[in-house]
Amino acid sequence: MDYEVKLEIFEGPLDLLLHLIHKNEVDIFDIPIATIADQYLEYLELMKVFNINVAGDFLLMASTLVHIKSKMLLPSPNAEDDGEDPRVEIMRPLLEYMQFKEVAEAFSEREILDRDVFARKDLGDYRSQLEDEEVELDVNLFQLMDAFKRVVDERLPGVQLTVELEQWSVKEKAEQITALLRERGATFFDQLFKEDRTVSEFVVTFLAILELVHLGLVKVFQAAADGQIQLIPDFEKNGEHGDG
Amino acid sequence: MGMGKSLKLIIEALLFTSDRPLSAREIQACLPDASPPDINETLKALQTEYETLDRSFLLREVAQGFQLRTKPEYAPYVLKMLKTAPTRLSRPALETLAIIAYKQPILRQEIERLRGVDVGGILRTLLEKDLVRIMGRKNLPGRPLIYGTTQRFLSVFDLKDLGSLPKLKEIKEFGGDERETDSISEEDRPTDLTHEENAAAPGNEARDSVFHTTEN
Repeated sequence: MDYEVKLEIFEGPLDLLLHLIHKNEVDIFDIPIATIADQYLEYLELMKVFNINVAGDFLLMASTLVHIKSKMLLPSPNAEDDGEDPRVEIMRPLLEYMQFKEVAEAFSEREILDRDVFARKDLGDYRSQLEDEEVELDVNLFQLMDAFKRVVDERLPGVQLTVELEQWSVKEKAEQITALLRERGATFFDQLFKEDRTVSEFVVTFLAILELVHLGLVKVFQAAADGQIQLIPDFEKNGEHGDG
Repeated sequence: MGMGKSLKLIIEALLFTSDRPLSAREIQACLPDASPPDINETLKALQTEYETLDRSFLLREVAQGFQLRTKPEYAPYVLKMLKTAPTRLSRPALETLAIIAYKQPILRQEIERLRGVDVGGILRTLLEKDLVRIMGRKNLPGRPLIYGTTQRFLSVFDLKDLGSLPKLKEIKEFGGDERETDSISEEDRPTDLTHEENAAAPGNEARDSVFHTTEN
């Protein structure tokens, strides 16, 4: 079955690298390149399994990582070594990116108009604002993928993830999840995989979750960095659940 | 018109009624007899007065103007009255906005280099929310668009002007690549670009953007 996740991927290769650096609790100035490169490639594989359209940027970074890894393995031809640490090639953009991530964090802590502080305004304006709320992931794609891997490792240890999606349609599954959330309200991520038995079923459930997030019908939250991921239905705003 | 008390109360009346930050210049336009220093002094006096009075609101200096705004602790009640969800911007949107704020005037290509991912969708959202504007086109093949932030950006994020953006933390660890990244002043606008249609007006109104899609 041909199924491509239409979710707009806001996260890029730099986000994935930072995710791995935090997850492995390593120093950005001394990145264990072999470990990080291997893990990075694993994520790319997983994204391929989900049929997430892996953009060229991800592949470019993959080849950069592999290149650095091989450079690090080779003894430098002259002891004096004219070149710098090959890892600088990724450190530099990472540090620059981190700067702006910090600024973004600082921005969100300011006293924001219409969130923390309010000024005189025509009430009509507020009503119209409701409509252009953007779909958002409070949890990023890589955190969701980690949660997925945890569930699969627990329930189907040692299984190879492959794509074989004939039986289960993502659409059907999305409808099931919608019904479940409608009935129960907020639900833990793991709970949604309860009925799943085969790898295909797990993958379909995951894709269905991504699809629902994309449609803005579900919000995903994680209370703490290592906390459980929760799905919260958000049907009202978008009317009845869409079917495509 | 009398000075002192009445000037203060007239200015208060203007601030009380306005639905957007009022600049000292706009206030002066209503009070031709008052001198700019008097107006500025009176605004400062009002600011201190509200603070001392300990009311639910303060006079804040935002987007090169002054505006009465509630204190954060009253947000839950105001939101309830407005029956609305608070303003929210996703993390990727905030990151993109941060890059534009510090690096403006900036090309989309440069934003994408820094974030390492396509920002087309996010840019559209930021333009729609009137936080970002198109400043012109760069004289390069394809004449790419140049992006910058709006007055609305300053207003939403409680900033007096671009000069009051906090300084970027420098990248210390690399000898060669250290850079002083000062925040940009209004005058620091590009000279090598050809503005389309309207060049930035000297008044620099929030609405001088070529493409403003939202009303406010």
